[in-house]
Amino acid sequence: MASGIISYGVYIPRFRIRVDEIARVWGDGEDISEGLRVYEKSVPDMDEDAVTIAVEASRSAIHRAGIDPKRIGAVYAGSESHPYAVKPTGTIIGEAICTSHNFTAADLEFACKAGTAAIQACLGLVSSNLIDLGLAVGTDVSQGAPGDMLEYTAAAGGAAYVIGSSDLAAEIEAFQSFTTDTPDFWRREGMPYPEHGGRFTGEPAYFKHVTSAALGLLRRLDRVPEDYDYAVFHQPNGKFPVRVARKLGFSKEQIAPGMVVPMIGNTYSGSCLLGLAATLDVAKPGDRIFVTSFGSGAGSDAFSIKVKDRIEEIRDGAPSVRDYISKAQYLDYAMYAKHKGKLRL
Amino acid sequence: MRSVSIIGVGCTKFGERWDSSLRDMVAEAGFSAIEDSNVSGEEISALYVGNMSAGRFIEQEHIGSLIADYAGLARLHVPSTRVEAACASGGLALRQAVLAVSSGYHDIVIAAGVEKMTDVSGGTAADALASAADREWECFFGATFPALYAMIARLHMRKYGTTREQLSMVAVKNHHHGCLNPIAQYQMEITHEKVMKSPLVADPLHVFDCSPLTDGAAAVVLAPTEMAKKYCDTPVKILGSGQASDTLALHDRRDITTLDATVCAARVAFGQARVEPGQINVAEVHDCFTIAEILAIEDLGFVEKGQGGKAVEEGMTSLNGKLPINTSGGLKACGHPVGATGIKQAYEITLQLRGEAKKRQIDDAEIGLTHNVGGSGGTALVHILSR
Repeated sequence: MASGIISYGVYIPRFRIRVDEIARVWGDGEDISEGLRVYEKSVPDMDEDAVTIAVEASRSAIHRAGIDPKRIGAVYAGSESHPYAVKPTGTIIGEAICTSHNFTAADLEFACKAGTAAIQACLGLVSSNLIDLGLAVGTDVSQGAPGDMLEYTAAAGGAAYVIGSSDLAAEIEAFQSFTTDTPDFWRREGMPYPEHGGRFTGEPAYFKHVTSAALGLLRRLDRVPEDYDYAVFHQPNGKFPVRVARKLGFSKEQIAPGMVVPMIGNTYSGSCLLGLAATLDVAKPGDRIFVTSFGSGAGSDAFSIKVKDRIEEIRDGAPSVRDYISKAQYLDYAMYAKHKGKLRL
Repeated sequence: MRSVSIIGVGCTKFGERWDSSLRDMVAEAGFSAIEDSNVSGEEISALYVGNMSAGRFIEQEHIGSLIADYAGLARLHVPSTRVEAACASGGLALRQAVLAVSSGYHDIVIAAGVEKMTDVSGGTAADALASAADREWECFFGATFPALYAMIARLHMRKYGTTREQLSMVAVKNHHHGCLNPIAQYQMEITHEKVMKSPLVADPLHVFDCSPLTDGAAAVVLAPTEMAKKYCDTPVKILGSGQASDTLALHDRRDITTLDATVCAARVAFGQARVEPGQINVAEVHDCFTIAEILAIEDLGFVEKGQGGKAVEEGMTSLNGKLPINTSGGLKACGHPVGATGIKQAYEITLQLRGEAKKRQIDDAEIGLTHNVGGSGGTALVHILSR
């Protein structure tokens, strides 16, 4: 039985800070934004967090395809910034979107790829007919220590996907994961900001995992990059996805619609899923989309997705990724610091 | 005093070796040197290893025992000694091995060098490297190595008219050489514009004026020259070995645009070798920063003081110049695993003298030189090698 995406919804806070503004404060010069290929990043409002973002995205997903939330039998919320250490995000999402109380929920964490892991969990339950629909969410208000390189990209946003096996907007044909114990980025319990291994986050982490998962899936399906109309890779900055696409043989044109990081930064668990949503916003029935997430720690999930006719019917039922990107209100560093709770009184 | 020869060499790929630990790399270099020399393990009578700061970089001390163990020589109880002279640790290990063989105390001796630098953050690595300067009188006041060499560069520019372009030319040349060296960390061409566009580290030095953080290891096998032919058809003789020290802090020096330790070590090595600087055909010098290569070719007597920048500009030190300098790519492009650098220099010169340097081979190399500096010149080692 084919399973896949019934609907999707996104949310990106409207506030932005320019990378040049952050560089101005830390005296890092104007070439930082060009070096990262990230020019602006989204910033949550003072009362926004991973839960509010998840709820907005989930409501949008429900609304887009007119789904009865009572059909949802599982809510998996992937984030690395769940507001509670103990107390699930998933339960709040369920109540907020008015699911029945007969659903299972759990919060996932896998750095930037917990959202795609949530999709996999839902696919398992849906494909085996244990539930009717599952809701998979990737949401983050990611953290970067003041003055750390991460501060230039750590952004806020999320996406929600309703997974089922009828009325598919896009079929998930197959997925392949690649996971190792690679400590490239981490945040210990109780610590406000993550730490990272600098250049170690590149070759042995991002590139090794993304290429291993992607090549594994292509080989298994006996496909080549040219078999796909679009591709989306996790976007920690604007350079890595471009470089990994080139390495794998995907063109700039294939990744263009899903490249959201230059305008909104790295939304962590939301990153790859927002890229996929932006691609679904423009894809036509019959198109194939190749998606590969990456989470530090480290792992990648690669998906082969085929767009169905139903996409045309639901597309305009909710705001697109570009709608959110185009609504931008700029903050200076002082207001950004206030929004992010960096000022402690 | 016996004449000493290099009968085997080995070197790992230099770079960010995230898949290899210090022990992996030193074993890889050591085994390839042993294989190259045709000696058997039982014949090895001593080991010397240059390593600057494994304690800081990988929290491992007692490197002498570690390399004996991973070379499979611990059960033979071969004496193994770690030596340290900051970035000159490798050159110092080579000298200790030369003295051990030359004195008749040992016959077959391995000199190795190793550093594993990329397991820690850039800041931690910079601080570990700063311990090669005077912690109390330089570092505590904010000096870093780029800052110290930037001051040297500034004064050299003012006194001798050395230009910013000439500094870039050192990096451009060494990157070109690195492109021809399969073990080099950077195998890409750069331009003066690229150097100038790279972030400023300490005016006038940009990122591309500085040697990188590198993982790597190198090893050479030494034997008395009289025994060398038994193992190898193309032994390389060590004609001279000079070592000198100077004040630890740069500000205590007579003249910061001359490394007197280099001048003194060179004088000893040239005297011992009975060779003049003009007879050297190829040299590996300590270009931890671009200005350092300019100082080196002056202080080693290849050009007059103040003429180093001009010599680089005129192409004297290029691969097809009168005296090719840093054919390996130098510290700048081949990489600078601090404890390994001095041994890698001997590895490169040995390849050149044996005619095995492939794409970067220079014609008719008879006599070569290695020059390894610790810190800002508190230690210098010069070795002269010949076919």
